[in-house]
Amino acid sequence: MAGNPLSPHLQIYRPQLTSGMSIVHRITGIALSLGTLVLLYWLVAAAQGMEAYESAQRCIGSLPMQLLLVGWTFSFYYHLCNGIRHLLWDTGWGFELGTAYKTGYIAIGAAVAMTVLTWACVIAQGGAA
Amino acid sequence: MKLQSDLSRVLGLGSARAGSHHWIHQRMTAIALIPLALWFVTALLTHMHDDVVDLTNWIRSPFVTVLLVSLIAAMFYHAKLGLQVVIEDYFHVEIVKVALLIAMKLACVFGALLGIVSVLKISFGMT
Repeated sequence: MAGNPLSPHLQIYRPQLTSGMSIVHRITGIALSLGTLVLLYWLVAAAQGMEAYESAQRCIGSLPMQLLLVGWTFSFYYHLCNGIRHLLWDTGWGFELGTAYKTGYIAIGAAVAMTVLTWACVIAQGGAA
Repeated sequence: MKLQSDLSRVLGLGSARAGSHHWIHQRMTAIALIPLALWFVTALLTHMHDDVVDLTNWIRSPFVTVLLVSLIAAMFYHAKLGLQVVIEDYFHVEIVKVALLIAMKLACVFGALLGIVSVLKISFGMT
C-alpha cells in the first residue's frame, strides 16, 4: 500500500464550484473547531470573575482578534448554509447539476450577506467586546 | 444468512453493525446546531458589551443555562465527528492517524467539560 496514489486524484480534475465548496466546507469546519478555543477562553474568564473577564474582553476586542472573528463569522455562516445544503441532499433533493450550482450560489451569497449584516450590527455598537 | 466466511467470522472481521452510527449522529448534531448556534450568535450581539455582572445574570436564567450547555455539548460532539473524518482521510500513516485521533477526541471531551463546568459554575452562583 505505501506509496500508492490515493484517490481522488485532485490534480487531474478541473476546479469546479461544487468540489471547491466541498473543500471549503471542511476548511471552515476546521476553522470553527479552532474557534471554539476563543469561546472557551471567554466562558472560563466569565466564570473566574471581573478581572479575568475584563482582560478577556480587551483581548477579544483587539484588532487582530476582531479580524479573526470576521473570518470565524464567515466560516460559521458558510458552514451553516452549506450544511443545510448537505441536509437537503440527505433527503435525496438537489442533486441535479443545475440545482446543485444554484443552491451553491445561494449558500455563498447568504453566508456573505449574513456576515456583512452581523458585522454591521457589531460596528453600529462600536466594535466587538 | 451470513455473508461472512468462517475465517472472517472467527477473526471478527466484517460488519460491526455500527456503520450508520457516525453518519446519523453527525446529522443529528447538525440539525440541533442550526437553532442553537443562530440563537447564540444573536445573543452574543446583544450581550457582547455586558460587564461580568450583567453577563452572569443572563447566563443564570435556566433557559440560557440549558441552551448554552446543549450548544457546547452538540458543538464539541459535531466537531469531534467532523475532525475524525478529516484526520481519517488525510493521514495515512497508521501510528500518526491513531495518535491524532486520540488527541483530538480527548481535546474535544476536555473542551466540552471546560465549557459546561464554566457555564454551570456561573449558573449556580459560584462566581
